[in-house]
Amino acid sequence: MLFFSYFKDLVGREVTVELKNDLAIRGTLHSVDQYLNIKLENTRVVDQENYPHMLSVRNCFIRGSVVRYVQLPPEGVDIELLHDATRREARGG
Amino acid sequence: MSGGPGLESLVDQTISVITNDGRNIVGILKGFDQATNIILDESHERVYSTKEGVQQLVLGLYIIRGDNISIVGELDEELDANLDLSKLRAHPLKPVIH
Repeated sequence: MLFFSYFKDLVGREVTVELKNDLAIRGTLHSVDQYLNIKLENTRVVDQENYPHMLSVRNCFIRGSVVRYVQLPPEGVDIELLHDATRREARGG
Repeated sequence: MSGGPGLESLVDQTISVITNDGRNIVGILKGFDQATNIILDESHERVYSTKEGVQQLVLGLYIIRGDNISIVGELDEELDANLDLSKLRAHPLKPVIH
């Protein structure tokens, strides 16, 4: 639940999602769900030269199970808040 | 609580699906469920190669199981019409490794 809430607060930010097939997609975080499925808007594939497979796609739904990383803007990360939240989660379970 | 993104907004639209084995299937989304299983109508597979242009294989009405799906993208018909698939050369997508 922690990361679900965390991503909900990041809606509207520019993020880059790297997938387990090495594809990396940059876009605006539109929404997230309990499975951490991600919907991105205004998407651009990071290495479009080598990955023209999504040239005509501007909005996409990414299945949570296939995400390797979600790269966030450093200004989007409140380390203290995250630290507190994880401590609480670890305690409460 | 499931809120958040659903594929609801994409129903009856043309979508581009990337599967876990690296395939690209384009079709009209007719239905989906919580497991992301989808029903795709008038679908065709786009096969990319470095040696020749994109091959399009007609598939018809398909159900794709959710655990094999990576990406469901909304295909922008205008952008797609501007693409010359016969000139496109690319390596096929890599399969997903968990």
